[in-house]
Amino acid sequence: VPLHRDVIAGTLFVLIGAAALILGRRYPIGTAMHMGPGYFPAVLGTVLMLLGAWIGLRAFRRRDWTAVGWGWKPLAWIVASMLSFGFVMPRFGLIPALALMFPLAAAAGREFAFREVLLITVLMCVAAAGIFVYGLKLPYRLFAF
Amino acid sequence: MEMLESLALGFGVAASAQNLIYCFAGVALGTLIGVLPGIGPLTTIGLLFPLTFYLPPLPALIMLAGIYYGAQYGGAITSILVNLPGETASAVTCLEGYAMARGGRAGAALALAALASFLAGCLGTLLIALAGPPLGEWALAFGPADYFSLMLMGLVGSAVLTQGDAVKGLAMVALGLLIGLVGTDVNSGVPRYDFDIPELFDGIGFTVLAVGLFAVAEIVTNLERPQPHVGYTAALRRILPSAQELQLAFWPALRGTGVGAFFGLLPGTGPALSSFAAYILEKKLAREPQRFGQGAVEGLTAPEAANNAAAQTSFIPTLTLGIPGTAVMTLMLGAMVMQGITPGPQVMSEKPELFWGIVASMWIGNLMLLVLNLPLVGVWVRLLRVPYRWLFPSVVMFCCIGNYAVNNNPVDVYLCAGFGVLGYVLVKLECEPAPLLLGYVLGPLMEEYLRRAMLLSRGDPSVFFTRPISLAFMLVTVVVLVLVLKGFRART
Repeated sequence: VPLHRDVIAGTLFVLIGAAALILGRRYPIGTAMHMGPGYFPAVLGTVLMLLGAWIGLRAFRRRDWTAVGWGWKPLAWIVASMLSFGFVMPRFGLIPALALMFPLAAAAGREFAFREVLLITVLMCVAAAGIFVYGLKLPYRLFAF
Repeated sequence: MEMLESLALGFGVAASAQNLIYCFAGVALGTLIGVLPGIGPLTTIGLLFPLTFYLPPLPALIMLAGIYYGAQYGGAITSILVNLPGETASAVTCLEGYAMARGGRAGAALALAALASFLAGCLGTLLIALAGPPLGEWALAFGPADYFSLMLMGLVGSAVLTQGDAVKGLAMVALGLLIGLVGTDVNSGVPRYDFDIPELFDGIGFTVLAVGLFAVAEIVTNLERPQPHVGYTAALRRILPSAQELQLAFWPALRGTGVGAFFGLLPGTGPALSSFAAYILEKKLAREPQRFGQGAVEGLTAPEAANNAAAQTSFIPTLTLGIPGTAVMTLMLGAMVMQGITPGPQVMSEKPELFWGIVASMWIGNLMLLVLNLPLVGVWVRLLRVPYRWLFPSVVMFCCIGNYAVNNNPVDVYLCAGFGVLGYVLVKLECEPAPLLLGYVLGPLMEEYLRRAMLLSRGDPSVFFTRPISLAFMLVTVVVLVLVLKGFRART
């Protein structure tokens, strides 16, 4: 039987709440009058765990148990393209960063036509240089190596 | 007539050549991005947000307000012609608008939507000018306990009244509040949830979270859907609605304005609820309700007016109390904070030119929309035909450069990608991300007010129920919670 999305959501919230409590256990709680930095996080972590448990357990009364249709592949390509931008940008400059980002992002799409992607990459590199570097005068070098 | 003087001041400021240009740029860019299928107003603002960093506060906010109206109108174009709502509020526009387009009245539908929005915009601006000052004065009497209760009411309202599951909404608010706590605690100097990453000492940036949760997650969900089909653009040559249609549309637009203005004032409700309410009201009032769904003019203009009126009046709690009612207002509030303005009742007395300048520029923005968009509809329609596979890599580019530009730091881009993953997972689990954003913005404020209130009351929590203002907000919160959760139980 596939997991109901509410079971996944509830588990996620419980885990995040627990993490907030565990990571926050070193922050002093203080008193109600002089609240320490740990007071609000402790309350929130507890509330989040309770709500998560409610959401997860509630799903067992339902009958619409269907698998969540995840699209990990496009997500992975988009994330990869953003990470590559962050990595290349400060080391090699704006144009190399975009030249790598665009094909990686385009790979997330259903069809990947090489010439089309090349054209968009070139066009948008020119546009980005025009808008951000020459127009808005952001302090970026086009090529930095 | 103090109000007229203030409005005159506002128009004086807003009508300067520089501010008019920014207003125009905002409206044009907002429409341009908002019309693209699958990109809603929230994403549009999130993407264009970094463009305003380098402007002084007033032009920046004027431009953002312009982007907002433009994006909303752009979304209406997409709803009417493609039947693809960019956000929940335009889902109602699709019902009658797309039906009208199918019936060969696409041009008239676009014009009527714009006219209804403009009417609502004019009345909404007037209402802000009327209601803003007294509300702001009243807010000066608020103590920390009252603010805390008000924020609690807003958060609970946004959690339970947005579409979807109320319990999940509450969990999203709690998660947002937690994300808002990341960074150095202002009172004790203790860094919280920083994972020893120096970039997190100052907290998680607003654009990082908003762009990640909305823009990045939206790209991926859009890629899973089939490419939308653009139809019914041939009927665009006849833009002007007939006299009969105008007559039919007028009163519904006025009623819609009333409905929208009311819902916009409540924190946490916003445009989506108001346009649904306006649509249902018209259907109830209609002499031939069977026309609804077949392209009934009333069912188009009332929600469009309500949508815009709510958008206008939701500026009132944002500007006077510093409490945003909707996700978009959260973005506006975030922009104010980034510009070094602490939102709240003091803005009106300390920076009247800012407050009234924004109010006046809203009206100017609405006017520009009308003047700009009716003749340019053909251009926007051509944009609709651009395939999504050409568009989304550029949206990714804006996400990257926009986040990088805040601190010139790649860590912000990495974090944004991370929140993109979180946003995508949450959307897939049918958790609405808007309450999370609201919680994130209000989190630090709420903690601060809670601490102050408890310090003043010497640790006695009854302060929230003995001060009349706070008690009123608490009662509303409890009533809303009980009603929604009971109703929820009955349904499942």
